[in-house]
Amino acid sequence: MPQPVLSVRDLRVEFVTRRGILKAIDGISFDIAKGEVLGVVGESGAGKSVTGSAVIGLIDPPGRIAGGEILLSGKRIDNLPPEEMRRVRGKRIGMIFQDPLTSLNPLYRVSEQLIETIRTHTNLSASAARKRAIDLLAEVGIPAPERRIDSYPHEFSGGMRQRVVIALALCAEPELIIADEPTTALDVSVQAQIIALLKRLGREHGTAIMLVTHDMGVIAETADRVAVMYAGRIAEIGPVREVVQNPLHPYAKGLMGAIPSLETDAERLVQIPGSMPRLSAIPPGCAFNPRCPFVFDRCRVERPEPIQHSEHRVACHLYDQSSVRSEAVA
Amino acid sequence: MFAFIIRRALQAIGVLLAVGIISFAMFRFAGDPVNQIVSLDTPAAEREQVRRSLGLDDPVPVQFLRYLTSAAQGNFGVSYQFRQPVSDLLAERMPATLELAFCATVFATGFGVLMGVYSGLKRDSFLAKVFQTVSLIGISLPTFLIGILLIYLFSVTLGWLPSYGRGDTVRLGWWTTGLLTLSGLKALIMPSITLGLFQMTLIMRIVRAEMLEVLRTDYIKFARARGLTTRAIHFGHALKNTLVPVITIVGLQFGSVIAFAIITETVFQWPGMGLLFVQAVQNVDIPIMAAYLMLVALIFVAINLAVDILYTIVDPRLRTTIRQPA
Repeated sequence: MPQPVLSVRDLRVEFVTRRGILKAIDGISFDIAKGEVLGVVGESGAGKSVTGSAVIGLIDPPGRIAGGEILLSGKRIDNLPPEEMRRVRGKRIGMIFQDPLTSLNPLYRVSEQLIETIRTHTNLSASAARKRAIDLLAEVGIPAPERRIDSYPHEFSGGMRQRVVIALALCAEPELIIADEPTTALDVSVQAQIIALLKRLGREHGTAIMLVTHDMGVIAETADRVAVMYAGRIAEIGPVREVVQNPLHPYAKGLMGAIPSLETDAERLVQIPGSMPRLSAIPPGCAFNPRCPFVFDRCRVERPEPIQHSEHRVACHLYDQSSVRSEAVA
Repeated sequence: MFAFIIRRALQAIGVLLAVGIISFAMFRFAGDPVNQIVSLDTPAAEREQVRRSLGLDDPVPVQFLRYLTSAAQGNFGVSYQFRQPVSDLLAERMPATLELAFCATVFATGFGVLMGVYSGLKRDSFLAKVFQTVSLIGISLPTFLIGILLIYLFSVTLGWLPSYGRGDTVRLGWWTTGLLTLSGLKALIMPSITLGLFQMTLIMRIVRAEMLEVLRTDYIKFARARGLTTRAIHFGHALKNTLVPVITIVGLQFGSVIAFAIITETVFQWPGMGLLFVQAVQNVDIPIMAAYLMLVALIFVAINLAVDILYTIVDPRLRTTIRQPA
């Protein structure tokens, strides 16, 4: 198997607060291969965005990476000094944020922001950088880029601004793009265009993409593999078709049951009872146990470790052979 | 843009008309002007003659119109105490006040922005906390007390700086400047600090608050995710976004600095318009007071217009809203 572009090993992120240490990310591991799109789903506060920020090295105090490793093409980047990490950001890892309306500095022309980014990471002259900026805008599908490049952000529509944001993330041809809810703030029709654009870019450049979202529809359409996060841990990770059609983890089952479908005629969508625990009150054992319909004794005391089960990796005692045995004994 | 300036200019004329009415009314409320011109034993016939020669027997609107016409031509009458045209007196004093206000504003803006940016970026550092404390003192101490304390320290105790006056000045046409001589510059230091200290602390606090606000925005986070240097982020992206409120404050405060130079000029016996105004108040010299009022109003209106135009230079979003008024 070729070396993955991104490899996260037992990553832990903590926030130090007055009430103690909150574990936002509690030991997650995953890989993203070249050209692969990994979807990361979960409820608000599950740790999706924090994972993205940790990978690109933008966890601000009081948050900190408390353990684990992040490897980019085989080299550790989580312990780089700030100046070296800055050179990784934008050059080797690009990031796209949720709201294109606020991601661009309103006081600078699009050309200024693009050229500034390009020249930060390359040795191009101002005129060569400008040419590259125009090419980038054309690539992300902005019509008449020579004319539009000197506009200000407020002169673009939301979808066009998100294209500009993507162009900015692409400036230095990064190996990895972290897209944090890239379509949440957009109209549905525009969402589809942006998703198609991301997919095309990943395919053409071989860029690995980590797509953070809570929209299962977006994941089903875009991702190759999907990681379902719950309370700072990965509940289940596997190929997208497998996880969507045949989820193993009870939480993933609940999530997939909540996707409306045209084929079935359901009065109400399935809803997972309760809500995700606050970081300060994560129950012992499996974090999902108070809401789980299949909960048994072991779930309340022992934290499930991820285990391989066919193509899935799932953190649930239901799929552990030893727990079946202990159930039988009890 | 042109229509915007025209609209603003019309508003400005409205404001100046209102101020004109007030300053004109001062003449009528402060008693009969004839009494202030003639002596106590002038016969009634002679008083009538003075009244007629000055046009004071005309209807009030006619008098007001005449007052406005001459004011628009820069003629504000003759000072009661100096027996000189008010416009000459003001023109003679104006350079002193404007130079003082200019230096105070430069001092306040320069140090205010620097300290504000610093304490916004490193808000937990010791120096930032010192700035915060000093700014509290600057905001709460009255101007005259700061002036007197400075005089006590640097003039009386240390003897470094002159305690009053402008020092030597150089005449450039009708403008007299203290910026070109050593004694003139030394004389400017303490009055500028006294006058600008409040503004400096105000600017510092606003810049600090704005920096903290801007550093939390998405586009700063995105700028960091693009791997821009800290320097480019702080001074290129963050600082520029704090400028709109800073321009407002600096602009409006420049007007106040000129208007409230009165106290500083009194403390340091600075030969500017403020000192002239204080003397005019003591001697009920209404033409000077009225002209001063008009002049300050004119300065405020001009500054407001300049600030509005500056906004559009800094913030491109305002250009479109101005071009297409809703």
